[in-house]
Amino acid sequence: MDVIKAIELEQQKENVENFRIGDTVKIYFKIIEGQTERVQIFEGLLLAMKNSGVRKTMTVRKMSYGVGVERVFPMHSPRIEKIEVVRKGRVRRAKLYYIRDRVGKAAKVRELIRKKSTTAKK
Amino acid sequence: MLGLIGKKVGMTQVFDERGILTPVTVIKIESNVVVAERTIDKNGYSSCVIGAVDVKKKHVTKPYAGQFKEICDPKKHLVEMRDFEADVSIGDVLGVDFFKDIAFVDVEGTSKGKGFQGAIKRHNFSGGRATHGSKFHRGLGGTGMAASPSRTFKGTKMAGRMGNAKTTIQNLRVVKVDEDKKVLMVKGAVPGPSQSMVIVKKAKKK
Repeated sequence: MDVIKAIELEQQKENVENFRIGDTVKIYFKIIEGQTERVQIFEGLLLAMKNSGVRKTMTVRKMSYGVGVERVFPMHSPRIEKIEVVRKGRVRRAKLYYIRDRVGKAAKVRELIRKKSTTAKK
Repeated sequence: MLGLIGKKVGMTQVFDERGILTPVTVIKIESNVVVAERTIDKNGYSSCVIGAVDVKKKHVTKPYAGQFKEICDPKKHLVEMRDFEADVSIGDVLGVDFFKDIAFVDVEGTSKGKGFQGAIKRHNFSGGRATHGSKFHRGLGGTGMAASPSRTFKGTKMAGRMGNAKTTIQNLRVVKVDEDKKVLMVKGAVPGPSQSMVIVKKAKKK
């Protein structure tokens, strides 16, 4: 199995995971159209992360003209240029599938605000 | 026919040049040695005998070890390839870089044994309804005609031992040739369990 582990490790990006479930993230995704290449930004709520190693994926949900759109991105894909955290969310679950059934204000995730004093104590 | 002996390491996924996650089988190809050559003048046909995977001399019989004599240590696997198209001579060592310029390969191996299986699994028969009064579920159905010929023809598809047979998968795309790891990656699955011997050949139909 060592060979397979080495092959998978080669493809994994380092320090990609600087975000958590519930964060609003901006994903810069490269799109190849024939010869031209452009970057498309997909901004939404990080609902879930699945699998491990090179296969690790993230599900991002956004509302587009009143319709919910979800995309699954392979985290280590070379087509992802960068991932930006727009807003940190405070959630108590690892999978936020309940958001799908909520409408309006109920579909929001509270913002995580860390007090400086509490972090200093730790 | 061009080919080498390899070992199926297992399956994984890699990103290809377009950034698409591709399922691949990893095949380890360590030094293959040309052990013998058959020529038209001497043997009536031309071929190349290739050996791979070292074994200790004490673990093989003397007549078997005798084939290797001065060429190399005894090898576990010996495969004769008819009409080997590459220019090689006895004692040459061939590695993964052999597949550098080859885009598609056929992979031959021994499939996993499935034991005694019914006709549905073994020959893709359809079977009958499960409910609505049906009394025909997973059986064979008819196996022949009537008073003439009054026998079942040989080779009729029936239940029996499945798997553990020589199987070739054709036209698998070579995704990557890794010379450091001595590894070849082909798209898709390859017959047999992990750690089993496979023969990787240049694709016949591409």
